[in-house]
Amino acid sequence: MGYGNSSSGHLDVTFAALADPTRRAILARLASGEASVMELAEPFAMSQPAISKHLKVLERAGLISRSRDAQRRPRRIEGGPLGEATQWLEGYRQFWEGSFERLDDLLDEMKTKQAKQLKEDRTKKHERNKK
Amino acid sequence: MKNTGTLKVTTPTDREIMMTREFNAPRTLVYEAFNKPELLKRWFGPHCWSLTVCDVDARVGGGFRFVMRGPDGRDMGMRGVYKELNPPERSVHMESYDDYPGESQVTSVMTEQNGMTTLTVTVLYPSKEIRDTVAQSGMEHGAAESYDKLAELLSSSSPASAGETRLAG
Repeated sequence: MGYGNSSSGHLDVTFAALADPTRRAILARLASGEASVMELAEPFAMSQPAISKHLKVLERAGLISRSRDAQRRPRRIEGGPLGEATQWLEGYRQFWEGSFERLDDLLDEMKTKQAKQLKEDRTKKHERNKK
Repeated sequence: MKNTGTLKVTTPTDREIMMTREFNAPRTLVYEAFNKPELLKRWFGPHCWSLTVCDVDARVGGGFRFVMRGPDGRDMGMRGVYKELNPPERSVHMESYDDYPGESQVTSVMTEQNGMTTLTVTVLYPSKEIRDTVAQSGMEHGAAESYDKLAELLSSSSPASAGETRLAG
């Protein structure tokens, strides 16, 4: 069940690619504009081949692509798969958000009741002490 | 008045989904709302779904049985067994849905600061495939839910009153 589903298979690759902090940092960098391998390697204490390996994973997941500029071959971010991954979680979030909004109201009610009870108890105690 | 906290959903590992949400109430109350059937019935389940069966035996080794009924009359059942109960801080239970394969482990942690409770729920699925299937179905419900809300919004000339939620402070 659920295996081999094309959309789910796609998500597998996307999430596997996103599971690594270096790759997420690369994506964050590319979110602000395209960059060459050398520029991408700069902020990391990593060799260019190591960075290239990460880029290949991101590329295979369709998260980034190469521009046509033959000399620099800058990488750029691709919105599609990333959007699908966020949407997948967004659904899960929405599933629960409805419940939690009702819970907010219920908690307000419980708090009011509790405060009222506390006040009543205090008044009773106070009156008892007066007698 | 709505004091809606933001629900954050992340995937810390391949087999997990983690949710974080803040509530404007002390954790004793949040814990109570999560464990008492008469309270659960008032909030648990997606929009327009009602909790028609809600049995809770809140002991380690005890369990729960929920059946939610959707607007189209469809039932969605789930059951669980408590592994660890530490009110009002933490609980761990195993949970399975009638319609999905596998059993997942649900760890809920509640921390309190200045009268606010942060709830963190981590669901560990038996496999990545099952996690993805469940979340995918959540997406369908989620989408349906937002359409419902939109329809409600478009047709609401008399919004349902929020009941007696007068805030003391």
